[in-house]
Amino acid sequence: MRQKLRLIGNARIHGAVAILVSSGASKLADTRHFGRLAGTAVAVLGVAAVFIYLGGWFNPEALTPARFADGFERSGGIHSGFRRNHAKGVCVSGSFESNGRGTRLSKAVVFNAGRIPILGRFSLAGGNPDVADEPEMVRGLGLLFNLPDGEEWRTAMINTPVFALNTPQAFFDRLVATQPDPQTGKPDPEKMAAFLASHPETVQATKIIQSHPASSGFENSAYYGLNAFWFMDASGRSIPVRWSLAPVQAFAPANTTGSARPDKNYLFDALIAGILQQPLQWHLIITIGQANDPTNDATIPWPDAREQVDVGTLTLDHVESEETNPCRDINFDPLVLPGGMAPSDDPLLSARSAVYSQSFTRRSGEKKLPSAVTPSEVRK
Amino acid sequence: MNVATGQRQFTALMRLFHWLTAALVLTILGIGVAMVASLADYHRLVAIHRPLGILILIVVVIRFVNRHNSKLPPFPATMSPRERSVASASELFLYALLVVQPLVGWGMLSAASYPITLTGSIHLFPILPHNVMLYAVLRRAHTVLAYLLFLTFLAHFGAVLFHSWVMRDGTFSRMAPWKVRAH
Repeated sequence: MRQKLRLIGNARIHGAVAILVSSGASKLADTRHFGRLAGTAVAVLGVAAVFIYLGGWFNPEALTPARFADGFERSGGIHSGFRRNHAKGVCVSGSFESNGRGTRLSKAVVFNAGRIPILGRFSLAGGNPDVADEPEMVRGLGLLFNLPDGEEWRTAMINTPVFALNTPQAFFDRLVATQPDPQTGKPDPEKMAAFLASHPETVQATKIIQSHPASSGFENSAYYGLNAFWFMDASGRSIPVRWSLAPVQAFAPANTTGSARPDKNYLFDALIAGILQQPLQWHLIITIGQANDPTNDATIPWPDAREQVDVGTLTLDHVESEETNPCRDINFDPLVLPGGMAPSDDPLLSARSAVYSQSFTRRSGEKKLPSAVTPSEVRK
Repeated sequence: MNVATGQRQFTALMRLFHWLTAALVLTILGIGVAMVASLADYHRLVAIHRPLGILILIVVVIRFVNRHNSKLPPFPATMSPRERSVASASELFLYALLVVQPLVGWGMLSAASYPITLTGSIHLFPILPHNVMLYAVLRRAHTVLAYLLFLTFLAHFGAVLFHSWVMRDGTFSRMAPWKVRAH
């Protein structure tokens, strides 16, 4: 028996499976050996099955980062080299001048008094990098704080005080509900109505968003981190926080009549003109939550009375097209956090990190096409 | 090769390294395959995956040096010269995978310009310049190498089961975590 198996093994050494199959077939009569061979095969396949299960292949309906990115691609199209959401954007840089008041909230080095270099990106929501600017489009600002010694803090904020959705599934379902119908080319209003009927939190959050009218441009918008995080101070104490940027530039209402918007890049052009005229500034405001404030629901604002700490000033003094600036190739992953900060239990945070990463990986390997906001647009 | 003829098992230290590597590698492969499909646990799993990969790199390098300086037990008599050379080559291949895979992971995060955070403020320096085309290639390579590593593990697992359980030639006892006495 052993001799025969060894001969077979010698002849078919390429992989245990070949040996198992050939020697198993030739020794069917020997039930004891066949049983052990079968046991070996079951053990190997069993380990493989555990990994297939962990990889989610037994559950093809589950919402994964890849399916999420597919959803964005169905909504906005695939535009080679561009982000799957917030595709249209421009790069900025400058610095953050910390006033030191944040050190009592978090031991993160960003709050030590001093100056930190900043790389940023202003963007409009949606997957189309050539979309014409509209005042009611959601505006985004991604920031990368280049901390001493190679540490980083990245945050991606938008100009609404709360988010309209509170779970990844709701986000995905709304994405599907707003996709253009293949026959009409427009979203089906019934699908959106059905979505809203089953998501009262979205209806409620939309009311809050609409009560904060959009400003005239990127430069006088406030930006909100939306999700809650934890700050840890040097003594190990943790507090729940949210953050936002309050513009130094005076508020002016958005022009929503459509008459005075000849250029499809008018929001970006105004931002560029503003920065070239004088540096733009925002105060970084940390809002401190209390015990019963929800940390896991981005649709619910915390009460107005919560303590707010102005921890420093963001100054953006340089603007550049994505084509020539590294911000295009940065993933403003909101979970790139320095020591002293940690994610809350908000389910959107891990999902954002996962889907941003999926979008980043997809676009990284693609040919980079020209940005709507070209280098000459920035210089003119 | 240093072969100790009277010795039936790998040295205690080699066996410790073997089972430590096995546990770490199976864990990181499981985390890796789960995290890329997960929204809810993505961040938690990536936060474990990164330092675990670096730990494996360190363990494998020390293990390789230790293996080089240790006496090995002879192959079981049931193994032909060809099987022995396949076993030796696959061992070397596994070592290479276990060193290259963490380096590709580290390199790919570097090329993406992510901070390579281990825990809290502790992070590693980048080993490649910021270049997303390079990132895309390394990211793909990381997946391919992970599957290759897993398939190599399955072949190793199946071959050891086959030898120890079907052929009963004592292959497993050479690397058993416990002490096996000579008959």
